[in-house]
Amino acid sequence: MSDDVWILGIHMTRFGKHPDADLIDLASEAALGALADGGVTMADVGVLAAGNLMQASSGVGQQLQKQIGQTGIPVYNVANACATGATALRTAIMAVRAGECDVGMAVGVEKLSGAGLLAGGSRRPDSATWEPHGRYGAVAAIDGRIGTEIMPGVFAQVGMEYGHRHGGTSFELFARISEKNHAHSTLNPLASYQKRFTLEEIMGDIMIAYPNTRPMCSANCDGAAAAVVISDAALKRLSGEQQRRAVKISASVLTSDPWTEGCQVLPDVNTLTRNAAATAYEQAGVGPDDLDLVELHDCFATAELVHYDNLMLCEEGGAVDLFESGATWRDGRMPVNVSGGLQSKGHPIAATGVANVWEVATHLRGEAGDRQIEGARVGLAHVIGLGSACGVHILEKAAA
Amino acid sequence: MTAAPTRVPLVDYLVLGDEPHLVAHECTACGARFFDRRNACASCSGTEFTTVPLATDGAVRAFTIVSFAAPGVPVPYVAALVDCGGTSVRANLVDVEPDADHVALGMPVRLTTFPIGTDEAGTEAVGFGFAPA
Repeated sequence: MSDDVWILGIHMTRFGKHPDADLIDLASEAALGALADGGVTMADVGVLAAGNLMQASSGVGQQLQKQIGQTGIPVYNVANACATGATALRTAIMAVRAGECDVGMAVGVEKLSGAGLLAGGSRRPDSATWEPHGRYGAVAAIDGRIGTEIMPGVFAQVGMEYGHRHGGTSFELFARISEKNHAHSTLNPLASYQKRFTLEEIMGDIMIAYPNTRPMCSANCDGAAAAVVISDAALKRLSGEQQRRAVKISASVLTSDPWTEGCQVLPDVNTLTRNAAATAYEQAGVGPDDLDLVELHDCFATAELVHYDNLMLCEEGGAVDLFESGATWRDGRMPVNVSGGLQSKGHPIAATGVANVWEVATHLRGEAGDRQIEGARVGLAHVIGLGSACGVHILEKAAA
Repeated sequence: MTAAPTRVPLVDYLVLGDEPHLVAHECTACGARFFDRRNACASCSGTEFTTVPLATDGAVRAFTIVSFAAPGVPVPYVAALVDCGGTSVRANLVDVEPDADHVALGMPVRLTTFPIGTDEAGTEAVGFGFAPA
């Protein structure tokens, strides 16, 4: 393992509807913002990792280069479900850590506003005759006939399974997790929604997949985020101000699902997250109690609960008690999703992984404005993508 | 000339007949079970499988009530994960009111089959779900 890798510059666009900006406009805004934030230009960047899911075959990285600088460097177009942004970041980190270059950039971008239910939302029509099809020899579409493939339904079951195993969950408990994140987002000017919902409004809203009502589901929106990473040696050649604002990447981990019983019929989002967290804490040499804030993948309110446990923010089985204690509110012992989370800040898929890192880094720099977690020195960013991939990054404030 | 079959299962791991049941491909090396056609075992990479019948009764390990779905999917419906003697099965719950007062975690359920439609050739497809036991 070589020396530390640092975040030199990082930027995110406002999340929300951007009808007048295309995918490359958003990616450019994030990338140019991150370069300016770090005080460098495309000429300094030795590798580009571009994350995008919905237009993954269109060479987003090269399109971005055409708009902001065709410098001939290697480009990796990355797609890894909802962990795409974290994967792009990790790709840039790996290149720097391997010594291939001193400076790398990762961009995550997605245009998603107006998209409906993402998976299972395009069920094929039944054919005129019952012909076996695919790996299950199905004679007709399965989604809706043999369980559900829609994400709100999958993650609803993930939360319900946790409740079955450990007890203490209810529709209201999950709704209160959403209440917290929407309340947090009122302090975030870059969030898609900055509306504080009452518990009654959340529980009384349109039911998508019990117990997830509409405000308990991640918000489809447009957005981009980008990070410039730099080797320890190269950072030391830069100005004192650049060194002071640099954020140390103490851990960068990517995992996939190991086989567990039942993972083929309901994705196991737990084991790969626990594995990623354990590896990240070991890499960083910090423990959950050292964290000042956590941005985790609350794609649905039901998901946030299980990740309290998976990220070891509580003892195993203790997620309900952790939430009930108030610890995960922004004034609590373990603030989680002070950005508003995916439910309120929004979830432009490939941007999310970098945006979660941006949120943590911004607090560590003391630049988070009204929502600043005072004195934050260590933070964790987590994303998960079904398929499955999990990214965990632990960041630390510069020693200076 | 043989007559065309008049009934087909929705998926090939549903076995019809007098006592309809589900079957799984079980890895002979490690015992991991799968419903789909396998290239190798996801658990141990073994390539030998046997076909085993699953228990037709089980317990609900997780559920959701889907109210928004793709066009053509009748809603609301109850989707669930059912533990059938240690093997997890994905299925809809049927013959139950689709609301949280009538579905419960841990609820005992039993496999049931039902017709899902007849195609242009007159063949009936048969689906499965789990009903309260």
